[in-house]
Amino acid sequence: MTLRDHAIRYGFIVLLVGLVAYFAIAADGFVSPQSAVFIFQSVAITGVLALGVTATLVVGGFDLSIGSVATSAMMAAAYVMVVLEQNAVVAVVVCLLIGAIVGLINGWLIVYMRVPDLLATLGMMFLLVGLQRIPTEGRSIATGMTMPDGSVANGKFGDAFLALGRHRFDFFIPNLIPVSVVVLLVLAVLIWFFLEYTRFGRMMYAVGSNERAAELAGAPVKAYKIWAYVISGVFASIGGILLAARLGRGDIASGNNLLLDAVAAALIGYAVLGAAKPNAFGTAVGALFVGILLQGLTMMNAPYYTQDFVKGVVLVVALVFTFALSGRGRG
Amino acid sequence: MVGNAVFRVEGLRKSFGRNEVLGGISLELHSGEVTVLMGANGAGKSTLVKIISGVYERGGGTMILADQVFAPNTPAEAIRAGVVTVHQNINDGVVADLDVATNLTLDRLSGRGVPTLFNPARVRREAKAVADRMGLAIDLKARVNDLSLADRQMVAIARALAHQPKVLILDEPTSSLSSAEADRLFALVDRLREQGVAILYISHRMSDIRRLADRIVSMRDGVISGVFDTKPLDYEGAVNAMLGRKIHLDQIVARSSDKPVLTVEGLRIGQGARPISLTLGDGEVVAITGLVGVGKTALAETLFGVRRPLAGTMTMNGKPYAPRSAGDAIAAGVFLVAKDRATSGIVGDFNIERNVSLPFLKRMSNLSVLKRRLERATARRQIEELSIVCRSEKDEMSALSGGNQQKVMVARWMAQKAALFILDEPFQGVDISARRDIAAKLRASAHGRATLLFVTELDEALETADRILVMSEHTIVGEHRNAEVDLDRLLAEVAGGPLHSAA
Repeated sequence: MTLRDHAIRYGFIVLLVGLVAYFAIAADGFVSPQSAVFIFQSVAITGVLALGVTATLVVGGFDLSIGSVATSAMMAAAYVMVVLEQNAVVAVVVCLLIGAIVGLINGWLIVYMRVPDLLATLGMMFLLVGLQRIPTEGRSIATGMTMPDGSVANGKFGDAFLALGRHRFDFFIPNLIPVSVVVLLVLAVLIWFFLEYTRFGRMMYAVGSNERAAELAGAPVKAYKIWAYVISGVFASIGGILLAARLGRGDIASGNNLLLDAVAAALIGYAVLGAAKPNAFGTAVGALFVGILLQGLTMMNAPYYTQDFVKGVVLVVALVFTFALSGRGRG
Repeated sequence: MVGNAVFRVEGLRKSFGRNEVLGGISLELHSGEVTVLMGANGAGKSTLVKIISGVYERGGGTMILADQVFAPNTPAEAIRAGVVTVHQNINDGVVADLDVATNLTLDRLSGRGVPTLFNPARVRREAKAVADRMGLAIDLKARVNDLSLADRQMVAIARALAHQPKVLILDEPTSSLSSAEADRLFALVDRLREQGVAILYISHRMSDIRRLADRIVSMRDGVISGVFDTKPLDYEGAVNAMLGRKIHLDQIVARSSDKPVLTVEGLRIGQGARPISLTLGDGEVVAITGLVGVGKTALAETLFGVRRPLAGTMTMNGKPYAPRSAGDAIAAGVFLVAKDRATSGIVGDFNIERNVSLPFLKRMSNLSVLKRRLERATARRQIEELSIVCRSEKDEMSALSGGNQQKVMVARWMAQKAALFILDEPFQGVDISARRDIAAKLRASAHGRATLLFVTELDEALETADRILVMSEHTIVGEHRNAEVDLDRLLAEVAGGPLHSAA
């Protein structure tokens, strides 16, 4: 391998290690189990969303609606528990259903209505942003809130549901690992295994690379594409559940950064180990990268707008790694 | 006639790398005459056109236009000098979102001396003049997007003619037109011929050629293989010059089969086409030949389930066979090596191993988890079987030569046992040694399945098949056992002459 090959393959890992080393020296308390867990926790939700959008990237599509699916799921969870006074299981099931249904509609729009993926999911994003505010006339949902008809909502978030956001498992140190991190790790391993080791994952890559060849090899291409959007929708709704559990209410103002961060993580993932294609491992590393960067910058007291800027820079650099240097961009 | 050639090409050469595409072409075009250029895929027609129209630089030779040296560096220069080309892809010739009038005058919107402001009234006035000269009856305010393909084609040609060319090149202009639409195009060509334009008309369609040609020039392997200009024109001679045998290869021993695998009855694959009936037997290799656009690929796709027949039934090993998708066909043991591997075969992001296993992932997995060891072993075995030249089964497809890429495509579908193995133009873009390897492999492994090839080149059929069927106008018009083939009759069938009997 030439130097260039090495640069493409390991460049981003080196950058990641360098970043950790820099923060370890520059920011006090960066190297500690608590700090590591905090980083994981901060990327758990975007990480889950990023893994979902990876599935759509694999089939050559894109899903811009993930952020609004997550916030819709959050609002739905709050509505189900606070207003309809149902338990945690019902709330989780409703959220997952919302994710699956939105995914199906996205897939249907793209595959059967022939709407380009970016536009279909952009439309869905706007639709959901509005829809999630209709039941409460634009108000956040919390126990004791006044409904539009004047009644008071008396339901509350179940303890089981809140545990999803607040419980921590013991891991050498008591109360170390939050549930959301476990969810992230489990989903990451699941989607990684699915994409790399099952025939469905392999066929999804084939669909993304050459749709006609996949079709002539006997693959039901349309079904694969729709499934990819369902996976993306369900993952986004899981992210929404975690968000609701962490906040303990349905906050209409939260979740603004989810889409950008998740997409950045997935696209940064292209550059990891010179894959030059969407992949679950790269996405996880990408999410971690974004998390470390933000945590480090926060500990060094960088203002929030610098963080957005740095995130953007990293994304652009990663894309250059993928498309220009490796010379095998996806068309 | 020789004296008044308005455009003359002498000794034109062109190579891409070490690959010589044109080996000294000499050609004359006369005013008021339609010269038809025929040639199979890869004969060098489009390279020739691209050199004449200034897209490619020529490798050697001279071009003379109206007694002056013609050496365009860009397409714009060629147009200014009076050589105008309408390319095959209609949408390259028009801007779909603009109206007809703007399209007709588009070339006057840029360049020196053009007013900065866009003047719609002037544009419409100029466009009307162009349209009238052509006898074009299309609403000038209509958007090109809303026009039919034929109308778009007319606009593209009219736009080309706005330059008042001396030479007009039409590259397969009827390939996407219906016959009624084509008639309008022919009327236009007649009109241009009367106006004294020298026309080079490139086509495969015998009906076009019979209707329009004053002369026919056949091209083969980068050289002119025949010029026909005495009336009545010798159409079969032209087809022969384009496709006929060039080298006498070892005659194969034609086998016959008594055990039918696939029986097709009354299959209709095109509007107004006559039904197809055929039987393919166990162990035999059958080639279907015919010109481009006669429905070979349509038939292949119908047998493979990705296209529905208009009528007819198919029987596979005694059971009704009506595939609704490629998946159905594969499950029934019908495999297709599709035409044009780059767009419909190769998965570019996959290495050799993954390209080979693609259709059979289900059979190579356990509870949907891939058996990677089996996958690798299969790929290695197939690389060995077809003697694919590569470093390992992990090589990227882009690292392989065209011949080896095609071998991977064939290897993919030979990894499992087929009942019917279909190959559509398997030798396109394949060097001679890979072609022989593939053909030999097909014949050697033919036992236990029916093998069906679709090829345009007669040689390919003659050196691989036991039986040769001829297609024309979406139906089968002739059948030959590949022993003592009556080439004259075969060529006549390819050329689509009047059908004497209902055979």
